[in-house]
Amino acid sequence: MGMTITEKILADHSEKKEVYPGELIFAKLDFILANDITGPLAIKEFEKIGAEKVFDSERIALIPDHSTPNKDIKSAMQSKMLRDFAKKHNIKYYYEVGRVGIEHALLPEEGLVLPGDCIIGADSHTCTYGALGAFSTGVGSTDFAYAMATGEIWFKVPESLKFVYYGKLPQWVTGKDLILQTIGYIGVDGARYKAMEFTGEVIRTLPMSDRLTICNMAIEAGAKNGIIEPDEITLEYVKGRAKRDYKFYKSDSDANYKEIYEWDVSKWEPVVAFPHLPSNVKPISSISKDIYIDQVYIGSCTNGRIEDLRIAAKILKGHKVHPDVRLIVTPATPRIYMEALKEGLIEIFLDAGASITPPSCGPCLGGHLGVLAEGERAVATTNRNFVGRMGHPKSEVYLANPAVAAASAILGRIAAPWEVEVKD
Amino acid sequence: MMVFRGFALKYGDNIDTDVIIPARYLNTTDPKELSEHCMEDLDLDFKNKVKEKNILVVGENFGCGSSREHAPIAIKASGVQCIIAKSFARIFYRNAINIGLPILEVPEAVDKINEGDEIEVDFDNGIVKNISTGEIFKTFPFPPLIQEIIKKGGLINFAKERIKGGK
Repeated sequence: MGMTITEKILADHSEKKEVYPGELIFAKLDFILANDITGPLAIKEFEKIGAEKVFDSERIALIPDHSTPNKDIKSAMQSKMLRDFAKKHNIKYYYEVGRVGIEHALLPEEGLVLPGDCIIGADSHTCTYGALGAFSTGVGSTDFAYAMATGEIWFKVPESLKFVYYGKLPQWVTGKDLILQTIGYIGVDGARYKAMEFTGEVIRTLPMSDRLTICNMAIEAGAKNGIIEPDEITLEYVKGRAKRDYKFYKSDSDANYKEIYEWDVSKWEPVVAFPHLPSNVKPISSISKDIYIDQVYIGSCTNGRIEDLRIAAKILKGHKVHPDVRLIVTPATPRIYMEALKEGLIEIFLDAGASITPPSCGPCLGGHLGVLAEGERAVATTNRNFVGRMGHPKSEVYLANPAVAAASAILGRIAAPWEVEVKD
Repeated sequence: MMVFRGFALKYGDNIDTDVIIPARYLNTTDPKELSEHCMEDLDLDFKNKVKEKNILVVGENFGCGSSREHAPIAIKASGVQCIIAKSFARIFYRNAINIGLPILEVPEAVDKINEGDEIEVDFDNGIVKNISTGEIFKTFPFPPLIQEIIKKGGLINFAKERIKGGK
């Protein structure tokens, strides 16, 4: 019996010829990361273990991206704890404010997470790096502390689900819509404990940014990891930025899948996930034109990359944000910010009346830089719309792609991109 | 012997980590402080209810969403003895085991337990007893590795020994 790409990576990292779904293994880790929320808790646990050193100071990233620039005194103390630990243990990849970006946009950009890697991160969206052909999954702080001390972690080898997309992707339909629609079909626990392998002709032509968006939201279907076999597009992305060697794995043609889903996407539309679950999706054409909104957020580890900002700018160019709406835009990393500046995107956003924030996770999780009040409604390019996710427990979050978000900001209600005149 | 006895406090499916402990309180790692806000976006009365009913009985996919270990920590510090669910989200599952919050997946028991029923949970044998109705439910015990982590009182103690053993 052949193996899936997930099984092959896990087998190689546990020094086994083969692994089987359900098997418990210890796997060696190529790279691990934590942030300013999960890191401090992990540092406390690390100190309890009594290890004197971290396993490898060049394979750990500590990324203060959630409550930074520090939103209050307590957050400042958390950041300080991360900073002090990084200094003490000579952690090579600690990123200070000004150089820090949203972790899951930053690490691929820096060439620190690579094809064939086995990665854990103390953040649920660590599954993002599967887009590069890595096995990558989110864990908690204690697991991270253990990994920091030992360089390994225990896993249960997951069963794999295969998602095959074919046909031609219609205009304005993005990776975000593919993953939201997929979660809509299988539910928020449709891939619980499992690997989601995304493939088919549509995936093969998708740029890396859309692939990262798709794998980023595998966790919203409950998955352990999302993964895409690396190809020419992956190679193009990693060469020139890779900081280590990497390896391309492919699934065997006789690999075993618990389930195979096949969809023709030719008639798919941009979708919006209504409160309060990412699976609560509706095609844009079916949504009534009277869902008025207070805020639009374009950013996050899901959709804060340069390609996302270009889409938003294309729609916003020459338009104004609706008077009743606050548009908040977060370039996910300093490099993306700089590119957006050079390409004139920042000017388009400012002309439209948007507020640009520094790279931060703040608004997405209701931390800072755009918290919602009671009864307020937001369209967001983020990944979760749970109760209270972006602020008051009685606020509402509608998840969408950057084009829908930008169009909605102009019209003051949930709107389709084709309702706005694109002014080139 | 890990046996817990208490009264059931019930919640539904897909209880996510954002309602278990909202991100606005994640600027601390103090268990006591976190427990003050546990579940408040879902049930403002949780803090009082849990004084009487400290065995959580919940539906599918409990703890879905973020990897914040603050979620099981807040629940544990609230005084919850253990959680019985139809299923757990995977990161929450790992986190609960790692910090020593006992959890058990017993799907068939959940629908047959009413809020306020008296429950006994025997972790060694994987048995849930509804004392109020007399019904008994069995589940598979944890795999040996996970039992070892639980027996040692969590992953940190497990790690200490593994490091000492030169592994």
